[in-house]
Amino acid sequence: MDMIIKFLCAAISSGTPLLFGTVGEILNEKVGHLNLGVEGMMSVGACAGFMAGYYTDNFLIAILAAAVGGMLTAFIYALLTVTFMTNQNVTGLTLTIFGVGLANLIGVFALAQSPNGTLKLPETITATIANLNIPGLSDIPVIGTLLFSYNPFVYIGIAIAILLQFYLYKTKKGLAVRSIGENPATADAVGINVNLQKYLNIMLGGAVCGIGGAYCSMIINGGVWINDNVGGLGWIAAALVIFANWKPGMAIFGSFVFGALRVLKFYIPKSVIEIPNAFFDMLPFLMTALVLVVSSARKSSQRKSQMPSYLGVNYFREDR
Amino acid sequence: MKKFLSMLLVVVMMASLFVACAPAAKEEETVSAGTSEENTEESKGLFAPIAKEDIKVGVIHITDPAEGSGYTYTHDQGIVGMQKALGLADEQIIRKNNVNDSDTTAIENAILECIEEGCNIIFATSWGYMDTCEAIAEEYPDVIICHGTGYKSNGKNFINYFGRIYQARYLSGIAAGLKTKTNKIGYVGAWGTDNAEVTSGCNAFAMGVYSVNPDAEVYVKVTNSWFDPEGEGAAAQALIDLGCDVLSQHCDTPNPMLAAEKAGVYGVGYNSDMAKDAPKAVLTSTIWNWDIFYTWAVQCVIDGTWTGENYYGGLAEGFVGISELSDLCEDGTAEAIKEAQDKIASGEWDVFDGEIETNTGDKATSEHYSDVNWYFKTVKEA
Repeated sequence: MDMIIKFLCAAISSGTPLLFGTVGEILNEKVGHLNLGVEGMMSVGACAGFMAGYYTDNFLIAILAAAVGGMLTAFIYALLTVTFMTNQNVTGLTLTIFGVGLANLIGVFALAQSPNGTLKLPETITATIANLNIPGLSDIPVIGTLLFSYNPFVYIGIAIAILLQFYLYKTKKGLAVRSIGENPATADAVGINVNLQKYLNIMLGGAVCGIGGAYCSMIINGGVWINDNVGGLGWIAAALVIFANWKPGMAIFGSFVFGALRVLKFYIPKSVIEIPNAFFDMLPFLMTALVLVVSSARKSSQRKSQMPSYLGVNYFREDR
Repeated sequence: MKKFLSMLLVVVMMASLFVACAPAAKEEETVSAGTSEENTEESKGLFAPIAKEDIKVGVIHITDPAEGSGYTYTHDQGIVGMQKALGLADEQIIRKNNVNDSDTTAIENAILECIEEGCNIIFATSWGYMDTCEAIAEEYPDVIICHGTGYKSNGKNFINYFGRIYQARYLSGIAAGLKTKTNKIGYVGAWGTDNAEVTSGCNAFAMGVYSVNPDAEVYVKVTNSWFDPEGEGAAAQALIDLGCDVLSQHCDTPNPMLAAEKAGVYGVGYNSDMAKDAPKAVLTSTIWNWDIFYTWAVQCVIDGTWTGENYYGGLAEGFVGISELSDLCEDGTAEAIKEAQDKIASGEWDVFDGEIETNTGDKATSEHYSDVNWYFKTVKEA
């Protein structure tokens, strides 16, 4: 029982960076832009957040810097794909290469400046991002551990996902955003400023990804800078968008399921059942394939796939 | 105009051809010179001595040495140490960084660039460089290529170098065995029994633990990757959740040590002294002193005593070792480690000597670390 609770905690910690990446990517895809640069946006966010935290020792500044870092990276993508109409897939891939490279470059530079060859976050910020310990609440058996024992990022991530679910599916603005992904020409005809909305949402998505990157550099790596610290999580987030059926609310569930699948191999005792580790590494993607099959088969029904129809297609206003 | 342009292009092409050919022609000269001298002066090494001022050393790194604490950093510290020990100038060391070890073309280019710039000896530090090194060594018999961690060699200008890191892990196991209170020690491994390097290291660590604390068990979790920042932290956390109060690791990031520090338990680091990353957790770290080998190899080339034998150093040479013990270690740790170290370094006894009981109840013997595909009796796959 105790082990199960610890497993669930580990699953949620492991799923949180995916949650940020997924929600950010959903925003991109909802305006019709398949942004494969999640890894790059997260990396730049990771670097910006970490460096801001390292030099200012202030959590708020760190998280803002991470968001701005991700946002600026997304701006490059938006500029290229929305205004200059470059191929979205290629631009996204190059954005990943660029983002990871830039983050490592800055990281290596900062390491070279550091006195003892390591960059470790200072005390105040480490204390801020430590796991919560609310006297009374966190001590309640089971529930206290399951609900009130995480680092602040977990709560921020869930709050962002819920807010964006509300924004996309319950507000008029959200309807406009979704209509751009479904058919930008129609949205344009209705009077929605398509390109402006594309820019805004891509950059907002980038900001969310950037905060996810800060999770990687500040929490996963225990507050010590290492290069390539996002370590491919951005790619998993891109797959998770499909699993979450393009809904930020579902992304909360999806990312925790993925998180659980990622740590499962460490929590199933080998004495109970002996399965090769490679099998566990495959599981999240097997699940994604299954969800893809199921949601595609549902096309006609009410609960059909929420994939935007114009996903990956640039909008030429003159072609209307 | 067009004609003029095409003529110009042809001229440029011809010029570039000549430029490209020039070093190759020189190469051939030195080859013949090398072989003739080899015949006349067969007394010691395979190659003629090279003046210290003329030697050039090439290094192929898989990532950037400035990365902080990992694999490339420790190798580069070795190169820097060699440079200091021998007093070479900066221009005599040519580094090729970020050479992806699964990209044959990139490896080939990097090594050929080194050769073109006149390197006499090239160190290729990553496993995946092996086959390319072998092919190029065949093609350029006067250039010495040393490949780290692999198994191939040609006994002449292509050798393999690696170390008995398991000896150092045995010593660090002593520190962990004395420290544990729960008698549960965690080990984050990159690979399972399919990788002898990781498995032998884990066994040696467990045997070090066993030598001072026969009741302690070593729980292993495998990440299935050399580099997986999140997985390594998660595996460490899972081990802490199991009740382990000392962790050790065979993977590239310091994340297991940081997880230990966060949870208030202890750890034994790897690659370089991880006490700089997690000072409140790290008891000691298992480290490589690559400079011992690099200095030796370059010195051999300078002296003309190169024999083409593989290098497999250990505690005796100081090639592997443990970093300074931290104050967190239990009393008596230093003495216990000193005793074991003397025994191993003197050659009187080695970790895998004799028959060893495995965790399946069998007996195993091994000549070389690469035979080890079993776990020691106190190791539990968790």
